[in-house]
Amino acid sequence: MPRLDRNGDTSVSIEFEGVAISAFEGDSVAAALLSNGYRNFRDTPVNGASRGAFCMMGVCFDCLVEINGIGNIQACMTEVRAGMHIRRQRGARDIHAQDGSL
Amino acid sequence: MKHPDAIVVGGGLVGAAIAYGLQRTGLSTLMLDEGDVALRASRGNFGLIWVQSKGINFPPYASWTWDSASLWPTLDAELRDLTGDVLDLHQPGGIEFCLSDDEIKKCRGDIRRLHAHAPQVAAEMLDHKALSKMLPGLGPDVVGGRYCRGDGHVNPLSLLRALHKGLLTKGGEIKSGSPVRSIRHQGGVFTVATNTEQHQSARLVLAAGLGTRDLAEMIGLDIPVRPIRGQNLVTEKLQPFLPFPCATIRQTGEGSVQIGASEEDVGFNDATTPRILNKMAARAVTIFPHLKQARIVRVWGALRIMSPDGYPIYAQSQRFPGAFAAVCHSGVTLAAVHTLKLAKAIAEGALPDAVSAMNPERFANAQT
Repeated sequence: MPRLDRNGDTSVSIEFEGVAISAFEGDSVAAALLSNGYRNFRDTPVNGASRGAFCMMGVCFDCLVEINGIGNIQACMTEVRAGMHIRRQRGARDIHAQDGSL
Repeated sequence: MKHPDAIVVGGGLVGAAIAYGLQRTGLSTLMLDEGDVALRASRGNFGLIWVQSKGINFPPYASWTWDSASLWPTLDAELRDLTGDVLDLHQPGGIEFCLSDDEIKKCRGDIRRLHAHAPQVAAEMLDHKALSKMLPGLGPDVVGGRYCRGDGHVNPLSLLRALHKGLLTKGGEIKSGSPVRSIRHQGGVFTVATNTEQHQSARLVLAAGLGTRDLAEMIGLDIPVRPIRGQNLVTEKLQPFLPFPCATIRQTGEGSVQIGASEEDVGFNDATTPRILNKMAARAVTIFPHLKQARIVRVWGALRIMSPDGYPIYAQSQRFPGAFAAVCHSGVTLAAVHTLKLAKAIAEGALPDAVSAMNPERFANAQT
C-alpha cells in the first residue's frame, strides 16, 4: 500500500521480523508495516489464523504485534520510533518470557 | 394450537438447564426469556464448577453440589454430541489462595466442618511450597491454599448457548423478548401472559433469577431472593500459565485471565467501581506477580441471586400442583443436576428428595 508523499517527513529505520525497513516519524506502526507491504501482523490465539490491520483506529484489536519484546500492542495506536524491533504476535502474549520497554 | 407440556420462565442457566432437561425426558417445553433488558446473571458470571466451599454448614447443599460436579462430564459429553459445542470443561481440582494466617485458619476450619458430613469432598490445605510446585510464578506472599480435586471450570457463555441449542435441537421452543406479566391457574392449566401472547401448560417452572420473586407471588410462593453484586476483570489473552481454576482467578480456554468474586450488597446496581476493581487486581497480582504486566481489556458487574442463607431455593406449589420454582447463584456448578436430576423429577411431578431441605419454608420457620 503506497504512502501519501509528504515532503520533509523524517525517515527512520525500524525492524520487522528481523528485517530493516524504513518508516516516517509520526506514522503508526500499522501504517509503516502496510506501506512496506506487510499485511500479516499476527496469528490468532484461538486457531492460528492470520490477521492484519483492519479498523486502523484502535477498536478491532486485529493489528496486534510485539514491540521490543512486549506483546499484544495495537500497531495502529503506536507511533514508530527509530530502532523499534517489531515482531508478529504469534498466538497469545507470554507475560513470563519477556518484557522490555517501548 | 397445541399446548406445550411445560413452560419454563427464565432463559438463563437455571431456566435453560431445566427446560433442556424437561425436553430430553420427552416433555415438549417452551422457554420464555425476558430479553436483553433482563439482569442476566448468566452472562456475567465467573464459570467455576465449585465444590470446596459449598454447604459447609448445610449438608444437603454440599451433597447436591458434589453430585453436580460428578455429573458434569456426563452433561458436557451429551451437549457436545448433541450440539457440537465445546464448553472448555476442565476439572483438574481448584484452589482458594490464603494470603494470611487468618485466611489459612478459616479455610482449615471450613474443611473440618465440611468433612464432618461430606468427606468425599476431600479438600486439603497446601503450603506455599506445595502450591509453588503446582503453579510456577506463584507470588511469595501466598501463605498457602485449599485444594479440592472436585473443583473445575467451564466457559459459562458456551454452556448457556449449548443448553439453548440443545433445547431447540430436541424440539423445544424458545421465545425471547417475552417478559411474563401475569400467571393464572384454572382447571389444572396455567395461563402465562407476556406483553403480546398467552401460553398455556399444565406444568410451570419459574427460574427467572432475581425476577422470580415477583413471578412467584402470582402463584402464592414466597421466594425471597435479593441481588449481591460481583465485579469482574478480564485480561488480554495470555499464554497458558494457570492449569488450575482458582476461587478468584481463572484462565479461560482461550487464554484470558478472569479475576472476580467480589461481593457487595448494593441493590439492583450492576455498575463497576474503581475501588473494588483495584482491590481485586491487587490481590491477583499478589498471587501471580507476572499479572502486573497483563492489560485489563474489560470489566463488568453482575448481580448474584442470593437467598437469605445463600443456598438455593427449590419450591413446589401446594396450592397449584404442577408449579415449581428454582433459583440459585450457582447456575454453572449446578447445571448438571438441574438438567439430569431436577428436571427429570419435575417431569415426573415432584421435586427430588435431594432438594427437599432447600425449600422456601425454611425462611418462614426461621422468623417464628
